[in-house]
Amino acid sequence: MSGSVVDNTVSSGNSSAAIPTDVSGQILDLDEDDDLEVFSKDTTLTDGSSFNASMQTSPASMINQYKFEEDADTKDIFVTVDNPESHVTAIETYITYRVMTKTTRSEFDSSEFEVRRRYQDFLWLKGRLEEAHPTLIVHPLPEKFVVKGMVERFNEDFIETRRRALHRFLNKIAEHPIFSSSEDFKIFLTAASGELTSHKKQGPGFLSRMGDTVKAVAAAVRGVRNRPQEFTEMQEYVEAFSQKIISLDKVTQRIVREQKEYLEELKECGPTYALWSQSEEELAEPLKNVAGCVDRCCKETEEQVKNLSDHLIPVLHEYVLCADTLKAVLRRRDNIQADFEAKTEALATKKANRDTESKVLSLAWASLVGRSPEEVKQQKLKGEIKEMRDDLDKAEDRLEWANNALKSDWTRWQKVMRTDLRSAFVDTAERNVSYYEKCLAVWESFLHSQRTDAEGNGKVDFS
Amino acid sequence: RGKRRSTYDRNTEEQMLEPTICSLRGYCSGIEYCDSLDQNLQMVEKGTSLLKKMEISVAEAEKRTGKNAVNMQETYTVYLIETRPVDAASEGTNPVPDSLWRRYSEFELLRNYLLVTYPFLVVPPLPEKRAEFVWHKLSADNMDPDFVERRRVGLENFLLRVASHPDLSSDKIFYSFLTEENGWKETVFETGFQAKADSRLKALNATFRVKNPDKRFAEMKHYGDELQSVISQLLRVRARAADRLYGVYKVHGNYGRVFSEWSAIEKEMGDGLQSAGHHMDAYAASVDDILEEEEHYADQLKEYLFYADALRAVCRKHELTQYELEMAAQDLTSKKQQREELATGTIRTFSLKGVTSKLFGQETPEQREAKLKMLETQIEEGEELVKERNAECEEFVKSAWVDIERFKEQKDHDLREALISYAIMQISMCKKGIQVWNNAKECFSKM
Repeated sequence: MSGSVVDNTVSSGNSSAAIPTDVSGQILDLDEDDDLEVFSKDTTLTDGSSFNASMQTSPASMINQYKFEEDADTKDIFVTVDNPESHVTAIETYITYRVMTKTTRSEFDSSEFEVRRRYQDFLWLKGRLEEAHPTLIVHPLPEKFVVKGMVERFNEDFIETRRRALHRFLNKIAEHPIFSSSEDFKIFLTAASGELTSHKKQGPGFLSRMGDTVKAVAAAVRGVRNRPQEFTEMQEYVEAFSQKIISLDKVTQRIVREQKEYLEELKECGPTYALWSQSEEELAEPLKNVAGCVDRCCKETEEQVKNLSDHLIPVLHEYVLCADTLKAVLRRRDNIQADFEAKTEALATKKANRDTESKVLSLAWASLVGRSPEEVKQQKLKGEIKEMRDDLDKAEDRLEWANNALKSDWTRWQKVMRTDLRSAFVDTAERNVSYYEKCLAVWESFLHSQRTDAEGNGKVDFS
Repeated sequence: RGKRRSTYDRNTEEQMLEPTICSLRGYCSGIEYCDSLDQNLQMVEKGTSLLKKMEISVAEAEKRTGKNAVNMQETYTVYLIETRPVDAASEGTNPVPDSLWRRYSEFELLRNYLLVTYPFLVVPPLPEKRAEFVWHKLSADNMDPDFVERRRVGLENFLLRVASHPDLSSDKIFYSFLTEENGWKETVFETGFQAKADSRLKALNATFRVKNPDKRFAEMKHYGDELQSVISQLLRVRARAADRLYGVYKVHGNYGRVFSEWSAIEKEMGDGLQSAGHHMDAYAASVDDILEEEEHYADQLKEYLFYADALRAVCRKHELTQYELEMAAQDLTSKKQQREELATGTIRTFSLKGVTSKLFGQETPEQREAKLKMLETQIEEGEELVKERNAECEEFVKSAWVDIERFKEQKDHDLREALISYAIMQISMCKKGIQVWNNAKECFSKM
């Protein structure tokens, strides 16, 4: 993605002009009240979900960016994660990774950066991105704790697997049209450790985050009434996809287990042939040869097992985590809609109250006390209603934003998923072919040696 | 599945055997229980194998039920032995082969007869009585059709090996086993071979006590032990590896299932996934043929596992004949010594007689004379016995060693062939793997 992210367009006019054409689903009719103020789009979303100061764009222009600026060929930022190192302090021991960035983007002060980051820092970045974009899909991080089968957190294989996953994570962020322009991302890539620590301390406070959570729980309890069909379909897909990818993960792990056990048995074959060759004279040479072949095949099998563990399983595992991410994103979208629906209801109720009240008042008080107390009350109600209206508009905005963001990112995610899984399986198939090719060569060389031997002795007819 | 021929390659066997000199004739003339060249055996010329004149095969297997010795109902398998003169086939006419049915126990009887009758020969083994070195998918059931089929091949192999042996092939009992369905058992028992079998105790005793066995035989016996041990180990390890390999392939079948289910919820990825799934199913299924081929290799190894036993039996027989010679010689020596003592009146060795004669007085000259005469007779007989046994021993060593050399060559050739066929199997397996995964890769790239 190229170009500056800052876009100062602010759309005015009534809300229908601001709704991009690709929004399907219901368009709420917000024009029922003439005394509504025309409002300008707020660049910050209220209710604690902070929005980076640099994001001066409206949903409309953002979505335009989604559609037109997605080509990956003009990649202008390259991120690598490598070189794990152990750090020992009085309190704890932890691993840091080197994060190197090379970029031509103008918003970066320099073209090359090198920093060291620990797992916690990655977690922080992920959290920030999710907060800022509740309905965008953030690629999962490797899990915090050790997966089954490993005991030592600082085991070499574990660190290497984690490093690769962290590398993939950052690259996915860098390739994402919205995330890659995140200020937090930039700071993550470029800030010295001290700077990062102080930056981490900024951002929405604990209390506002709590408020978030409470609202989310309340919304979840309330539930969504009129979920648009496409999101229901999305949810069904995610459910099914989740099951399939979990199955694939399990099947692959089972294959690895079976291959390891096969390898254990095969390792005993070579030495047995070698032992036999010690009792023989004429047969000693071919037997030793076979022993060597079996041993070489063992090595290839060992490598094959490692390949599966190192390449296919982590990718499958990531997509298992992705499925969970998708479920969470859909849930958050639902909450936003539920919130909007609740506010709509509340406003309607309030208005109904105002109407009934005004009718009642005018009948009862008109003759008795005159208009002034009623006017005061009406004025008060009008104020309240206006406030609720503002709130509702913001909620509506948030919902539109969320829906559009999700829809675009959903399409994007599907493409990425397809590419990732396709290349993972193609890679696996290639490695399998290579494995069999190597073993084939081993046995063909044995045959060749026996042929030249036999033809030399005039012994055997190979027809 | 076509009928698999036994591993035995007639042409190569004959090539190898032609230069072999059969020393059986010399040995036979001295020993009563050996077959002499019966004029009735028209079909077999001197010094050649039966196989040159006759085609032999174990064509089929069938289940039968009947009453056994204790009058209980039992189910057993019978095998159809077909024979046909070689000349007839090569003349262009294709006469119906002669055939008869035999069950496994009759094969066993034949072999036991051969073992007793030709103790100086390495008698070809039968296929195993019960399935051993079994991995989980392979049945241990004697009635299992795969087991029966492999046994059929093994029995044919046995007959061909016997029929191509320069000495065994001219055996009358063997010939009638192939040609006379009824009354064969009685004929075998009439030879009285069972009485001639050495008791295990006698053999074991000889093994422990023999003082001077031929070094080569001692080495051969040791080799037989090693061969048996290492082949057993190899078969065990191989069976376990086969079991595991089966698991690896079969689990890939799950990929097929999941890909198929997954393809149902995808739009663009669906086709690629679906077809990749089919290849995964094919991969999972391919292991059955692969392992069946490997069982064939295992059978070749098993034959030599059992051959090792036959080899050791020859060595044990040598120990026995050598021991009996040593015993006779020892006995002769002691008798000679006794004569000397009696003749000279000196007691060189401690004996109860010597002590009692000292205590109770010497014998009368007449008594001594009688004793001396008896001893002389015994010594004469003893010398004859030693001469006999010595000849026996020498003949045995000569004939047995010839057959052992023949066996060595056959073993080296056959096992080398087996290793080569194992390599060919592995190559075939790799080629199949390459094909399947290349196909899968194509499908995946269309995802």
